[in-house]
Amino acid sequence: MADPAISVTGVDRIFGKSRKQVVALKDVDLTVAAGEFVSLIGPSGCGKSTLLRLVADLDTPTTGDIRVFGKVARQARLDQDYGIAFQQAGLLPWRTVAGNIELPLKLHGADAAVRKNRVAELIELVGLTDFAKSHPDQLSGGMQQRVAIARALAESPKLLLMDEPFGALDEITRERMQNELVKICAETGAAVLFVTHSIPEAVFLSDRVVVMSPRPGRITGIVDVRADGLAGAHDRTERARDEEGFFHAVAEVRSLLHGTPETATAARGVDNR
Amino acid sequence: MAQIWNRFRAVILGVLGVAAVVVTWDLYKALGPEEGVLVGDTRVLPRTTDLAMPHSWEMLQRFGDPVTGLPGAPDAFDAVFDASMFSLGLAARGWVIGVVVGLVLALVMSRLRIVESALLPWVILSQTVPLIAIAPLVRRWGSEITIFGHVWSSEDSVAVIAAYLAFFPVAVGALRGLKSPDATHLDLMRAYGVGWWRSLVTLRLPSSVPYLLPALRLAAASAVIGAVVAEVSIGLKGGLGRMVIDYAVAASGDPAKPWAPIFGAVAIGLVSAGAIGLLGLVLRPFRLTGASNG
Repeated sequence: MADPAISVTGVDRIFGKSRKQVVALKDVDLTVAAGEFVSLIGPSGCGKSTLLRLVADLDTPTTGDIRVFGKVARQARLDQDYGIAFQQAGLLPWRTVAGNIELPLKLHGADAAVRKNRVAELIELVGLTDFAKSHPDQLSGGMQQRVAIARALAESPKLLLMDEPFGALDEITRERMQNELVKICAETGAAVLFVTHSIPEAVFLSDRVVVMSPRPGRITGIVDVRADGLAGAHDRTERARDEEGFFHAVAEVRSLLHGTPETATAARGVDNR
Repeated sequence: MAQIWNRFRAVILGVLGVAAVVVTWDLYKALGPEEGVLVGDTRVLPRTTDLAMPHSWEMLQRFGDPVTGLPGAPDAFDAVFDASMFSLGLAARGWVIGVVVGLVLALVMSRLRIVESALLPWVILSQTVPLIAIAPLVRRWGSEITIFGHVWSSEDSVAVIAAYLAFFPVAVGALRGLKSPDATHLDLMRAYGVGWWRSLVTLRLPSSVPYLLPALRLAAASAVIGAVVAEVSIGLKGGLGRMVIDYAVAASGDPAKPWAPIFGAVAIGLVSAGAIGLLGLVLRPFRLTGASNG
C-alpha cells in the first residue's frame, strides 16, 4: 500500500527549558491517508498549529517521528511535497496576483512558459482571472486568501497544509470559500491537513475531525464524519450543511471538545476555567 | 486630472512657503525695533540693523557682484557655484561609501544575532563622537595610507568623514527593514526551502525599501553636513566649508556676503534630497510593502 500523506508517531513538542517549559504537544499519533481531508480543532493553545508546523518542518519535534509520504519532514519540505497556506494570506505586496501565484514556481526554477500556463490555470481555478495584474492591496480579504490558496497549489502538491486560512474572514465569505475549497480539493485530489477553531467548518470540510485539548496539547478524539452518513469530503456539496449527519457530527465534535456530557455537567460551576 | 492638480498644489505651496520666510524676514526688519526684542537681558529676536539682517534682495543681489574688490575677481555666484559643486562631489563620495558600509553592516547584523549584539552599540556610540574630534585623526591616519598607488588626500579624509555620518542612518534603517518581513512570509520562504541569499533577494531586500528610502535621504543630508563641517575641521580649501569661514570675516563690511555660501549649502542639500527622490521613483513598486493587510 502507498505511504500515507502524513504519519505522526509519538510526537512531543516542548518549548522552553527546565522550569519555564511548556508542553505544547504530548504523545501525538496521527495518520492522514493520501487524498484524505483531516481537520485539527481545539481551543487556543491546544497545539493544533504547532502540529501543523511540525508536519511542515517549520519546527522540529522534541521527540517522535513525522513522515510525509514516507519521507522525513525535512526532506518532504525540500522536495516541495506540500503546499501551505496561513491565516494571513502572506502575499508579497509588491508582486501582482499573478506574480504571487508564480512565486514558488519561479523560486524552484520552472521555466517561463510553464509558469505562465500554470498561473493562468490556477487563477481561473480560484476565479480571479480579471485580477491577475492587480496588487494584493486592491483585493478583499477573501480574494487575497484565494490567491494564497492558488499559490499553495502552484506546484500541484499531493498535500495541502492550511493553518486557519479562513480565520480572518467574515461568515458569508467564509462559507463560500469552504464550498470552493471542497471543489478545489475534489479537482486536485490532494490530502489536506486543516487547522480551524470552527466546528461547522471542520465538519463540513473534513473526512475526519481530530479534536485536541490543551495543557498539554493532545488528541482527545477523532470523529469520522463519513460515519455520520455524510459523503466523503471530495463529493460534498453545500447542501451537506443541512443534512442530519452534519448536525450529528457537529454535536459529536462539540461533546468531545467540552469533555464527555457527564463530566461536563459535574464540572459546571466547580471548574470555571 | 486630480494628480496634476495635486502636483500643481504642491509646487504652489512650496513657493508660498519660501515666500513666507522672505516676507517674515523683511517685515520684521522693517517693523521690528532696531535693538531687537529683549526679555530682561536676553535677546529673543535679533537686531534689525543692516549689519545683522541684510535685506533678502541684497543677499540675492550679492550673487551678481564680484567676490572681492580685487581686479579680476569672479562673481560671487560663480565662486559659490564652484564651491558647492566641490562640496557636493565630496558629499556624494561620502554618501556612496556610507551607504555601502551601512548596508554591509546591516546585512551582517541581520544575518547573525551575535554580530548585531556586538556591533549595534558601537554603531550608535560612533555618532556620539564629535565630528571635529575625529577629523584630525582621520587626516593623520589617512596620511599614512597609500592604496594601490593612490596617495591619501585631504579630499579623501573629507569624504570618509561625510561617510562617517552617512552610514549611521543606513545601517539602522536597513537593519530594521531587513528584519521587517512578517513571520508568515519567513515561514513561507522556509517552506519553499530557499536559502538565505534567495530569501534576501525575494523577500528581505524588497520589504526593506520603505525603511531604506528615508534612511538614504537622511544619509544624503548627513553627508552634506559632514562634508561641509569636515572641510572646516581639516582646513580643505575649495569647498563651502572654508568659504563660510572666509566670507564670515567680511560680515562687518559686506553683510550680505556670508549668506552666499549658506544658500549654496541649502542648494546642494536640496539637490541631494532630490536625487534620493528620483531613486524613490525607481523603487516605487516596493513602497507598497507594509501597506498591505495581507
